[in-house]
Amino acid sequence: MAPAPRFSRITLALGALGSALVVFLLLPIVGLVSGTSFADARAGLRHPLVAPALELSLVTTALSVTLVVVLGTPLAWLVARTPGRAARWLESSLKLPVVLPPAVAGLGLLLAFGRASALGGLLARFGLSVPFTTAAVVLAQVFVAAPFYVEAAIAAFRRLDTSLLVIARTLGASPVRVLFRVALPLAAPGLLSGAALCWARALGEFGATLMFAGSLAGRTQTLPLAIYAALESDLRAARSLSLVLVVVAFALLVAVQSAERASTRSGAEHD
Amino acid sequence: MSLRSARRALLLCCFVTLAASGGCGTKPKAGAHPELTVFAAASLREVFTALARRFEALRPGTHVVLSFAGSQTLRSQIEHGAPADVFASADERHMTALAAEGHVTAPKFFAQNELVVAVSRAGASSVREFRQLPDATRIVLGAPEVPVGEYTRRALEQANADLGADFQARVEAHVVSREPDARQVLAKVALGEVDAGIVYRTDALAAKDKVVIVPMPAAYNVLAKYPVAVTTHAPRAELGRAFVELLFSPEGARVLAESGFLPVTGAKADAR
Amino acid sequence: MLRVDLGGHIGQLRLEARFDTSRGPVVLTGPNGSGKTSLLLMILGVIAPERGEVSLDGTSLFDAQREVNVAVEQRAIGYVPQHYGLFPHLTAAQNVEFALACHEAAPPRAERRERALSLLAELGLAPYAEQRPHALSAGERQRVALARAFASAPRALLLDEPFAALDVGTRRQVRVFLRDYLERLALPTVVVSHDAEDARAVGRHIAVLEAGRVVQSGSWEELAADPASAFVRELTS
Repeated sequence: MAPAPRFSRITLALGALGSALVVFLLLPIVGLVSGTSFADARAGLRHPLVAPALELSLVTTALSVTLVVVLGTPLAWLVARTPGRAARWLESSLKLPVVLPPAVAGLGLLLAFGRASALGGLLARFGLSVPFTTAAVVLAQVFVAAPFYVEAAIAAFRRLDTSLLVIARTLGASPVRVLFRVALPLAAPGLLSGAALCWARALGEFGATLMFAGSLAGRTQTLPLAIYAALESDLRAARSLSLVLVVVAFALLVAVQSAERASTRSGAEHD
Repeated sequence: MSLRSARRALLLCCFVTLAASGGCGTKPKAGAHPELTVFAAASLREVFTALARRFEALRPGTHVVLSFAGSQTLRSQIEHGAPADVFASADERHMTALAAEGHVTAPKFFAQNELVVAVSRAGASSVREFRQLPDATRIVLGAPEVPVGEYTRRALEQANADLGADFQARVEAHVVSREPDARQVLAKVALGEVDAGIVYRTDALAAKDKVVIVPMPAAYNVLAKYPVAVTTHAPRAELGRAFVELLFSPEGARVLAESGFLPVTGAKADAR
Repeated sequence: MLRVDLGGHIGQLRLEARFDTSRGPVVLTGPNGSGKTSLLLMILGVIAPERGEVSLDGTSLFDAQREVNVAVEQRAIGYVPQHYGLFPHLTAAQNVEFALACHEAAPPRAERRERALSLLAELGLAPYAEQRPHALSAGERQRVALARAFASAPRALLLDEPFAALDVGTRRQVRVFLRDYLERLALPTVVVSHDAEDARAVGRHIAVLEAGRVVQSGSWEELAADPASAFVRELTS
């Protein structure tokens, strides 16, 4: 395909439409950042809510994403490789947590794991209780964020050139070897960006966490919950906290993207 | 879906979005159906909904639009030009700040709310009176940043004098969450996930079929005062003043009392 | 010797084929959509036939009646698909090492690397060992794919349209190379090609597949002497 002339009318029109969205998406973030002075940001970082919330957010999201990847990758592989209606139905139902309002998701988790539930009663017999614990934070994050990864992983596995998987087997590779040495490396860029999206969603998770895990500094109060608490008392602190969230998220997403680019480069282009 | 119908759907989406965003910005139309916009603290939901219906009945053709949220949120919205006629806050601070900035004039206290312990069915056997609160296995309170949490902290501190110096500490040892508003506290008690929570009397009354109300003795109870004011740039200032008058009328007092609010006692009804 | 006698459905197409490699490499030819590639996939065990048998050197790989169906990875049939199917995330040497590592008695890593490099060198690919497939020409890729297939120690070889991706000049070279190479390997081989000239260059025994059925098989001379269909007539003219 010949490259389009640099400023063709269609390019300009597309550019105008595209930049409208860019401006819209970035304006609120710019508002948050520009309205916060350096001194404010520093004061915000020293806010007593920040350190425990930031630590808790990083630890729980790391756990959540690990859980999602470990459990979601085999699931996505099976769904992507299974033809037929059942797999499609399963795929659609896996997206449901995305449409649920997060507070409703939290309510659902309470109903599933809470005191009144059968499962909660069973756990209580062993002296275990999930709601209002750090484990509940992780479960809430997994619930709302897993679909983002699973969906991306299914798409990545579907994009795989299946003839390569067949060839690997004709060379004598066992199905496990095909999965780990061919399918996973080839799907890696898609899996990585899915994991990044999943992580970002987990980091920003608020509603389900509040409902299911509550909000207690150092135990269940993640960064978004701390921001919300601060919002009620001190807008400036809330802004600085939001800034921390945005910066942390941006740094990690950029890191993931460059890792993704590196792995795409090593994966090379297909014919 | 064909490309053409996809395109049509996309266009439709654009129109809907435009129409919706246009709708938000429209000024109340003069004439036929005067519209009064009331911003009220979340804990006023039930009582203000009832009062609004009453107001509409008294002035046929009038429509009251209610917006409920945390007082801080409503304050931020008014500061950024939200078209509110009346603002009713659950927290004196936010009203004072708005008055100082010139966004509202002459705020007055119209009601008070006291704290109670809402106890779940499961917790009802262990917590029959306030002094037994530390016997609850799991307790939720309001976060210290929000009014209900601040009042709770003060009440527990004052209770120490009467119930033992470690009373507050014994309660807090069972706290599993500090919620951003009283309704979240109540929700967790109502669901039976925790045994007890400290909320406003009015909140607990709104869920009285699901929770048991254990009163907090007046000696250390803390009263939340609710101020109301008409905004400076009210599009419907006249209607706004009429609505405020309704709050202070005998009928308004009756509706407020039915919901569990306490009358403002003493001469100091002026919020400033 | 590879012996194939099977039948099955590919969508609407009913596939019926019977041939063996007793007379040297078999060239499978026929118009587009006649089921050539599907037939290869059935021999490989990727698609299960509905009836018949596939055996290699007397060992049954598939037998509908006795319910034998050896797994793809245990058939030891080398396969080079139309676009060679090199793993894009691995270098030429790593592609070959992959096949060497799949063995039950896989040699240690260092030895695998050495073997891979010598296999590539044998095919004139020494300078390209560290290149990834996208940096190689079509002819080079084909040879890497052959080296890789050979590294898996196959007992038979299936080549799908080995000339289709090559330009005219390379094509002529590859025909000669491939004929000599296959002769040297002396493995039961099936080559799919829709091009008469290519087909003639590689194999003496031709099987013509039309709409899923072998309409005629034999040497070029036999086919030319008594063409069983319009397609065969055109092919041999």
